[in-house]
Amino acid sequence: MSEFRTIEFYKSRKSSYRLLPFRFTPLDQDRYVLTNMAGEYLVSARDKLLDFLQHKLANEDPTYIELRSRHFLIDDNSSIAPELLAIKLRTRYDRLAEFTGLHIFVVTLRCEHSCPYCQVSRQSEDKLRYDMSSEIASGAIDLALRSPSQNIKIEFQGGEPLLNFELIKFIVLEAKKRNQKRDKNLAFVIATNLALINEDILIFCRQHSILISTSLDGPKDLHNANRPRPGGDSYEKTIEGIKLVRQTLGRDRVSALMTTTEASLDRVQEIIDEYLTQDFNGIFLRPLSPYGFAIKTKSYRAYNTERWLDFYKEGLEYIIGLNRQGIDFIEYYAATILKKMLTSEDPGYVDLMSPSGIGIGAVVYNYDGYVYASDESRMLAEMGEEKFRLGKVLENSYEQIFTSPNLLDPLEESFAYSVPMCNDCAFEPYCGADPVFHYALYKDYVGRKPESEFCFRNMATFRFLIKKMEDDKLVRQLFTKWANN
Amino acid sequence: MLKLHGNLPVLNSTTKDAYLITVTTNTNLPPVLKKNRALLMQPNQDPKGYKAVLTKEKGSTDFDADSDVFQISDDYNYLNEGDIVRLDPSSGSMRSLYRKNSPHNTILLTEQCDHYCLMCSQPPKDVDDSWLLQEVFELISLMPTDTKGLGFSGGEPTLYGDRLIDLLHHTKRSLPTTAIDILSNGRAFKDMEFAKNYATVEHPDMLIGIPIYSDDPVRHDYVVQSRGAFDETIKGILNLKKVSQKVEIRIVIHKQTVDRLVRTCEFIARNLLFVDHVALMGLEITGFTRPNLDLLWIDPYEYKDILSEAVAVLNSYGMNASVYNHQLCTINPDVLGNYRKSISDWKTEFLDECLSCTKRTDCGGLFSSSKQFRHSRYIKAFK
Repeated sequence: MSEFRTIEFYKSRKSSYRLLPFRFTPLDQDRYVLTNMAGEYLVSARDKLLDFLQHKLANEDPTYIELRSRHFLIDDNSSIAPELLAIKLRTRYDRLAEFTGLHIFVVTLRCEHSCPYCQVSRQSEDKLRYDMSSEIASGAIDLALRSPSQNIKIEFQGGEPLLNFELIKFIVLEAKKRNQKRDKNLAFVIATNLALINEDILIFCRQHSILISTSLDGPKDLHNANRPRPGGDSYEKTIEGIKLVRQTLGRDRVSALMTTTEASLDRVQEIIDEYLTQDFNGIFLRPLSPYGFAIKTKSYRAYNTERWLDFYKEGLEYIIGLNRQGIDFIEYYAATILKKMLTSEDPGYVDLMSPSGIGIGAVVYNYDGYVYASDESRMLAEMGEEKFRLGKVLENSYEQIFTSPNLLDPLEESFAYSVPMCNDCAFEPYCGADPVFHYALYKDYVGRKPESEFCFRNMATFRFLIKKMEDDKLVRQLFTKWANN
Repeated sequence: MLKLHGNLPVLNSTTKDAYLITVTTNTNLPPVLKKNRALLMQPNQDPKGYKAVLTKEKGSTDFDADSDVFQISDDYNYLNEGDIVRLDPSSGSMRSLYRKNSPHNTILLTEQCDHYCLMCSQPPKDVDDSWLLQEVFELISLMPTDTKGLGFSGGEPTLYGDRLIDLLHHTKRSLPTTAIDILSNGRAFKDMEFAKNYATVEHPDMLIGIPIYSDDPVRHDYVVQSRGAFDETIKGILNLKKVSQKVEIRIVIHKQTVDRLVRTCEFIARNLLFVDHVALMGLEITGFTRPNLDLLWIDPYEYKDILSEAVAVLNSYGMNASVYNHQLCTINPDVLGNYRKSISDWKTEFLDECLSCTKRTDCGGLFSSSKQFRHSRYIKAFK
């Protein structure tokens, strides 16, 4: 038997290495976070980072081994990294080739609720004025089915879409009929406050596998204060509705979204408890968007981003604690970001996409036939800003709509990889472009990042999530599960 | 542990050359079939007309002059109808090559290898043994078509290059529904042409098991004792997946790999998510492991939390992961969903302690080599 060599023999004698593209930023006082092109991160002490940058890091240093394994460098021992990085990067952008998957149909602007934060609703009985016509719907179906995406999701929004349920039925039946030759995977969602739900509607939903998405802002008093309707019984209607949907369609066929208002900020645990009580297995702790009445009524500026971050962190800590007690419960905003941090898959969350998801991830067909680049775009239009209007159903062709300068310009100009400051930011792989948000607040697609609340909020969230993972192995395991949820 | 080969007294011989032959217990075969069967002879049976006879009796029986007659001991009681053996009348050796009733038929294609792994269970020999491959072509032709699964191992089977591909084509033609497992270090597939050639077999159920011992290239190269192995193996896996072949990653857990086991699984999940299976395997105390035992041994009970963490990573990413070669009393319950009884039947053993264990039938047991040389100090019967 010949002799075995020690591990020393296999280390390259040359101490030189080449840096691969990466970015870094302080994590806290002592540590830096480094990210590679594919979004893998590594936390390192400052002095190690400096040694690494100056080509002085020894190849037996534990940090060196981590850097090589995560594709921050190549050396004489291994140079396979660029090929692996390329595969991960391709996977990350794979979704782009699919093009628009989510098609939002605003079937009416009418609503029987009068939520002060609402961005779009109308208290009008004038059906003709605020309902989508079947001609518009028909044209929009053709546009939706023209999308190259094999998976088409049609989401009904409002107003309260159930006020125009007849049109929903028409769209579902027509879309299925026209899809027969194309054979795409069609899915339907109704975003509703559930106040008008009934057996007949649900039987139709069951026949066509329609999902229900509703709003639940928290405990009864908070929910009803946020979401006034005649009778003041929005909460009761929602809870009854959730039960009815589950009985008729199945437990997992209804999801809920919460909207954060100033009144929510001190009550994150109660809000989460409400979701636990209603037997949801997760919650999306959402920041309030700056559109519609939310800006007009100043409720967007009524609390600053730091207060929201405190709310978010407290909520996330509480949820992590629940999981430690053996209760499986997910925070979906974290899960979305963690998917970007810990996998090569893009979660397809429009706010955190770059290139932005407007138009190419989701598109909106408004009740009046105008096509908008995103849900937020039509809210801006309601406020008089038509910057993201792409065209009109029945008047413009698919090609005209999806090559409109109102879509292509913001997509190109806001691409974070080439935007000043984003380009250098270690968190760019996790972040999004969100040209609509920035245009709403700053009147250009990019904004000034040091002043951007979007940037501030997301950077703080990214740092918080990374610190939680680095400092606690159990959190790391939990987050890995969420990332792959 | 079963005795698969040995030297036997030859009571009669007619030929000089070794040959492969199917064992039978059937004394009613027509003469044409008797001429190419080996009779596993029971007392008072008539051995006339068989090409070979395996008997426990010492020569009192009346054999045909043109039969090769071997005297076998109780070691070979496992032999049965349909098994295939290699008989060499000139040296008196017999080797069991295929056991019809075993799910673990693995065929050694060569003892040559371009790796020299610290824990190799089949230490490589640098001699020309290409006659083995010739024999395997014949062996495959003899096997019954209802054979469920078959393994090809080495040494390094891909050292045969395109002749291995020929064997795989031959196997698919002879045994179209038999699942094939191949063990390889994967390096040969760094050549895309070879990977494409492998894919031309178009086998519906063929898996190639390739080891990655660490996410640290230096450590992997050290474990396999070959510089540059890591990059070539990764490249090989990528090429195999480019041509849509089924790939399994195999990690043997020992003192040189356990410290980075979790990181290695994270590396696999991030970079090789598309592989079909990941096997986390306990150490077999045989071959090179014995001289290297101090370098390699760590009690599985001491790494059970690391194993749990590694399995959790693979499970979280939705990978198909299995834990092989471990005993139920040395693992945490959270890996039970991934636990497999994996040790080949012919080398599975239990300790005296295990006799009273209530979970013995669910347990994979120990390698016979572990029982003999080193096993966990924490083997304890469940009551």
